[in-house]
Amino acid sequence: MHVLALSGSLRTGSHSTELLRLAAAAAPDDVDVVLYEGLKEIPPYDADDDLPGDQPAAVERFKAALAGADAVLVATPEYNHSIPGVLKNALDWASRPILDSPVRNTPVAVLSSSTGMFGGVWAAAETRKVLGALGARVLEETVTVPRAHERLAEGPDDVLAEGLRAVLGALAHEVSLSAEPLLERAV
Amino acid sequence: MSTVAQRTGVPTGTWTVDPVHSSIGFAVKHNTVMTFKGEFGDFDASLVDGRLEGTARVASVQVDDPNLVGHLQTPDFFDAERHPELRFAASSIDVDGGHVTVAGELTIKGTTAPVELEGTISGPVTDGYGNERLGLDLETTVNRHDYGVSWNADLPGGDAMLADDVLLTANLALIQQGSQS
Repeated sequence: MHVLALSGSLRTGSHSTELLRLAAAAAPDDVDVVLYEGLKEIPPYDADDDLPGDQPAAVERFKAALAGADAVLVATPEYNHSIPGVLKNALDWASRPILDSPVRNTPVAVLSSSTGMFGGVWAAAETRKVLGALGARVLEETVTVPRAHERLAEGPDDVLAEGLRAVLGALAHEVSLSAEPLLERAV
Repeated sequence: MSTVAQRTGVPTGTWTVDPVHSSIGFAVKHNTVMTFKGEFGDFDASLVDGRLEGTARVASVQVDDPNLVGHLQTPDFFDAERHPELRFAASSIDVDGGHVTVAGELTIKGTTAPVELEGTISGPVTDGYGNERLGLDLETTVNRHDYGVSWNADLPGGDAMLADDVLLTANLALIQQGSQS
């Protein structure tokens, strides 16, 4: 399974990016977690530039990376109680046209972290909402890291690694379901 | 002046849907104060020796907003990729005069649950092309959460944007096979 990892924070030493690196390190051998490093090059969304077949090169690269992924793993910080602009901007580009979004039907999980005590849960919830609007298959499984500057500085963390493996396992399960017809259930 | 006899039984034979003069729709309270409606443009229905069945293609959902058309097909709502069809199969039909009660199983988003539809049955009559034509107007209300269609959003006042109960409607024009003169 090829997992594209998106960090909502661009800064060097980002807790979100570190969380994704830990996910890559914790992943089983058959799961490939690759950090996408081109979000900073994506221009602000402008419908005048959103031309079929003539989109900004950074957008085309981003969409191609999404289209090539079996699943997407997002890690986001929380800016002003919400989703960071850089991440929302990239997702806005990826959302159009809605029936052709490269995220459509793709299993996606969202991780979050913050230096405060709530771990960015509002940003994670809003990111899930946005991804749902794009048509992604959004999972509830997550890892939330409050006081990330302390937790991530503490060195090897088996509990965190186990949580990240569980999220990757949930993504792998969804990818497998997409590959075969679902059994119907009766209520 | 023509009259239609009061019916006590279900018509026998094979009746298939005339899609141009039929519709499959849904209606849900939106923003707590108004009713939002949509339809599925691609569907089948048949009444064969009293057994009513029908399917509708999720990808054919019709509302007056292309973004919403796209969203309704996603896992947030009907999940067209994994569950491309809605299905209904009747287990019984009771006719009393012009009133009809249809019990059966409805499948939405991969979940099958029993439902009971109420409505009217009209005809048969002979149409302008010599076909025997029957009208069935049916509806039922389901809780969308029972079928895993659970997307919602909070309104500023704290209420939910979409109601739980959804009215499903089937307005079917059915033509008897082999009846054309």
